[in-house]
Amino acid sequence: MPAATQETVETTIVDAIAKLGPEPEQVTRDATFESLDIDSLDLVEVAQIVEEEFGVVLKGEDMEKLNTVGDAIDLVVARAS
Amino acid sequence: MSRRVVITGVGVVSPLGNGATTLYERWKAGECGIESGVGACSDFEPAEVLTKKELRRTDRFAQLAIAACEEAVEQAGWTGGEELPVQAERIGCVIGTGIGGIATIETQHDVLNESGPKRVSPLGIPLMMGNAGAANLALRHGFKGPAHSTVSACAAGADAIGTALRMIRAGDCDAVVTGGAEAGITPLAYACFGAMGALSESGISRPFDARRDGFVMGEGAGVLILEAAEVAEERGATVLGELLGYGASADAFHLTAPEPGGGGAARAIVRALEDAGVSASDLHYVNAHGTSTPLNDRSETDALKAALGEETAKSLPVSSTKSAVGHLLGAAGAVEAVATLLALRERVAPPTLGYEVPDEGLDLDYVPDGPRPLEGANGRAVALSNSFGFGGHNAVLVIAA
Repeated sequence: MPAATQETVETTIVDAIAKLGPEPEQVTRDATFESLDIDSLDLVEVAQIVEEEFGVVLKGEDMEKLNTVGDAIDLVVARAS
Repeated sequence: MSRRVVITGVGVVSPLGNGATTLYERWKAGECGIESGVGACSDFEPAEVLTKKELRRTDRFAQLAIAACEEAVEQAGWTGGEELPVQAERIGCVIGTGIGGIATIETQHDVLNESGPKRVSPLGIPLMMGNAGAANLALRHGFKGPAHSTVSACAAGADAIGTALRMIRAGDCDAVVTGGAEAGITPLAYACFGAMGALSESGISRPFDARRDGFVMGEGAGVLILEAAEVAEERGATVLGELLGYGASADAFHLTAPEPGGGGAARAIVRALEDAGVSASDLHYVNAHGTSTPLNDRSETDALKAALGEETAKSLPVSSTKSAVGHLLGAAGAVEAVATLLALRERVAPPTLGYEVPDEGLDLDYVPDGPRPLEGANGRAVALSNSFGFGGHNAVLVIAA
């Protein structure tokens, strides 16, 4: 399992989100999930990928607080440390 | 006097290709979309119609419905969203299916077995649910009236259209987007149909022929735009034809076998004619269910004789679309309703392909020798489209053009 650094987590999350609909260049740290048309079902898929990759379990209440791609990256890095 | 219901748009994805006209013209020309014993929609490229997000969020059966709907709304002159010509809250959506998203069920079941419950997709249920066709069409186009699905095996497409007719007549809707979709050429579905002995071992769909040995699995979708006649007229829509009536019944005889003598099917035909306000002598064509199974084709022949009278039944051209595309299960009734409409509009019945050897007692005119001009259709031409499903479901539509 790779270390959950800002860099590795960002790569994993951005790649995961880009597969769900948005163009890869749209998926920046500041982009909101709303602007990317990423909804709760999409975020469950992202959470599954994060868990598989880094062993970090994200629950529904964690996901609800997320607004931007950066929020998700920071949360995973914080949980992993 | 109940509201008249007209057809203003049609769309089809079938084993003969994309488009309603493609289906009709190729079938009429004697071409068959069955290859290696299955009727797959090999020309269908979902990514040409669906967005990246829709592709991930739909099973193949819903993707087929979306593509057929796209063609139908375009023909009807509906541009979608804010610009719908009928008030969105007054547009219903009823899309039948026999099975629903079975490919998703199989894939997710594999994930469950191989990786455990935490790895199954959160999209599993919305992909596999039988109402996903109706849900996705409503979502994509903004149809805000009643939306749901009919599930009656191989009668589901016809039952959807009949239900849509009732919704407009009852005043619940001014228009309904309706039809059927199926994508059941999967390992599990194929094995199960095989286990029950329903599939053709020869891989040939030849309805009514003495050598018929079962149906050929197909997939596809058909969608029709139905509108209250006064609504279509007010907006200046091009009317393709009229849905005159619908009749349905249950055999209550056997889980899968049709009632010998076709009594249940005959009752649905009689009811459909009554509902349409026409008599057997007003008909010009019958688009048969004609599955190529030994039992259906016999009981359907008996049902037509019982419902229409032997003389009238024998005088009508009766052909089966399944001879050209195989059995599209829950999509069959819708795809065949579209084929029926186009046959009426062109005044030409396509043939039952592959029919060569008559079977004892199956003595109707199955249009064996190529396309047949419809006789006597000087004013409007009227046809029956039959659909019967496992479970003993019978659904019959009366269409005019």
